[in-house]
Amino acid sequence: MAVNRMFRTCPASGLLFHEPAEKLMRFHAVAAVVSLLIGGILAIGVVLTRWQAIHLLPPDLFYQVLTAHGLNMLVFWIIFFEMAVLYFAGSTLLRSRLATPRIAWAAFWLMVIGALVNNYSVFRGDSSVMFTSYAPMGAHPTFYLGLILFAVGALVSCFVFLGTLVVARAERTYRGSIPLVTFGALTACIIAIFTIAAGAIILIPTFFWSVGLIDHIDSLMYKTVWWAFGHSSQQINVAAHVSVWYAVAAIVFGAKPMSEKVSRGAFLLYIFFLQLASAHHLLVDPGLTSNWKIFNTSYAMYLAVLASMVHGLTVPGAIEVAQREKGHNQGLFTWLRRAPWGNPVFSAMFISLIGFGFLGGISGVMMGTEQLNMIIHNTIYVPGHFHATVVVGTTLAFMGLTYFLIPVLFRREVMFPGMAKWQPYVFGLGMSAVSLFLMGAGTLGVPRRHWDISFAGNPFPYEFPGAAWLMMALAGISGLIAIVGGGMYLLITVGSVFLGKKIVTPGFQHVRARENVAAIPAAAPVITSHGSIGAGGMVAPGTFVLAMVFLAAFVLYYFINWKYLSTVWPLK
Amino acid sequence: MATQGFEEDVPEEPVPAMQQLLDNPFLLLFIGIAMPTVLYIVWGVMEIVSLPIAK
Repeated sequence: MAVNRMFRTCPASGLLFHEPAEKLMRFHAVAAVVSLLIGGILAIGVVLTRWQAIHLLPPDLFYQVLTAHGLNMLVFWIIFFEMAVLYFAGSTLLRSRLATPRIAWAAFWLMVIGALVNNYSVFRGDSSVMFTSYAPMGAHPTFYLGLILFAVGALVSCFVFLGTLVVARAERTYRGSIPLVTFGALTACIIAIFTIAAGAIILIPTFFWSVGLIDHIDSLMYKTVWWAFGHSSQQINVAAHVSVWYAVAAIVFGAKPMSEKVSRGAFLLYIFFLQLASAHHLLVDPGLTSNWKIFNTSYAMYLAVLASMVHGLTVPGAIEVAQREKGHNQGLFTWLRRAPWGNPVFSAMFISLIGFGFLGGISGVMMGTEQLNMIIHNTIYVPGHFHATVVVGTTLAFMGLTYFLIPVLFRREVMFPGMAKWQPYVFGLGMSAVSLFLMGAGTLGVPRRHWDISFAGNPFPYEFPGAAWLMMALAGISGLIAIVGGGMYLLITVGSVFLGKKIVTPGFQHVRARENVAAIPAAAPVITSHGSIGAGGMVAPGTFVLAMVFLAAFVLYYFINWKYLSTVWPLK
Repeated sequence: MATQGFEEDVPEEPVPAMQQLLDNPFLLLFIGIAMPTVLYIVWGVMEIVSLPIAK
């Protein structure tokens, strides 16, 4: 069979795109944005119902909308986009042809069919089991079948990425080790393969149970194995968006990692330990021992947290070094003040980094502590946490990358550049406020999944404090702001891709490899010194101060929660 | 595309063991699947199946 070896060189970035890989990236990105559009429209229903003063939807419709919102956002939007990132990191960054494009297309269409089948099952109205779909609460068989088909497609895509690494090494398209961004994508791919395998272990028997071939699914067994899929799927995001941070730092600033070894070591800690954090969803379940819970969360998870803190330090550190080397070397934060805050590629990435670290990271460690978890388990604190990690962290990082990819991958000019400048702020700050207010309401005990916090008509009423109602209202208002920000992104993206002005390059053509493609880059020189930049013996003193602020916030919040635990559960 | 790549790729010095690990995607894949499978799934499932059945 003839192998397609046609490439094009992007005139703006110098990136080399393999023709089939480029088309696959575009299709995956479009499928991702369509999923985001569906999930975003559904978010309006969720926000306006949990805002108790409006309380828009009746319960059955609310749970249906919540289910579809969760799946389209947490699974379909994110994983479609991540597969595009894998092909970009595998083929484009390694300057290699994609392995087995036909199989990659089959995987893509399998994912599309899976997403459609799953959405069909939810919208027909008898599968409102939410993202977690805890057995013995049953859904229509097509619900599980759709997820299985989607997962198989994603799994095959992961192996196409691994195959591309093999092709690139065999055909010597890069020198030495794979680039750091590709290594981060490899980390995401490995976590994805574990995640999908865990999903198959639990969803296939659950599908058989839904069609009557199996009598019983044990609820604790389901929860335990399902969370290896449900939480780890969000850990794929972490590895993917951290890779995007490194990529954006390189794209916007020409920044090089402060230490490749340290950054790769941090990704290695993700490979070893990140998936184990799934255990924090089971910290109050009595069937599992404290040994299992504490090892998986308070020991192993902390090593993954350490890795995130390394990335959170090295990415801004690399930007600081690059900025100082360009002359922004005065004081502690001149490098940051003079960063291109009007460039949405950078602003989205930096808000993603800060939101993920300060909101998602600190709250994640708090939730992963067995005792503290009892304060907020299954409260709306949990969605507050994951809207910081997955939405502010991952989605915003992906949004920033999109602004880079529209001209580079789709060869279109970004429409509404003025709106694009503001979009990361509207979306990022709106969603950060959602996270904060949900976490505040959750700390006051507001349940995660209950449709009505007034508990009207219930035989056992409970009255939440006024502050909880206020927090939910503020979360609702912030949610609407974030939805506006999401709408801006969709308008810019869809407008640019389908109606945007084409970027015409004279003499543009796809050419066979080695015919007029961009020159293979020389090996990066080994950095031995940064000259006289920095202050106090440090090349990145501003980042060091930011890290100390983070540490102080971390310690303070952690001990405040221990103090709070002592009041809700008196020990004296 | 065998002719595209670097043809003079001769290692100048021995590659450290840690770098060999980082450069081997399939070994990383094995570790990345084996560790959570053993520490999270297998250990967790063993604990659940060893729970006494209520009478």
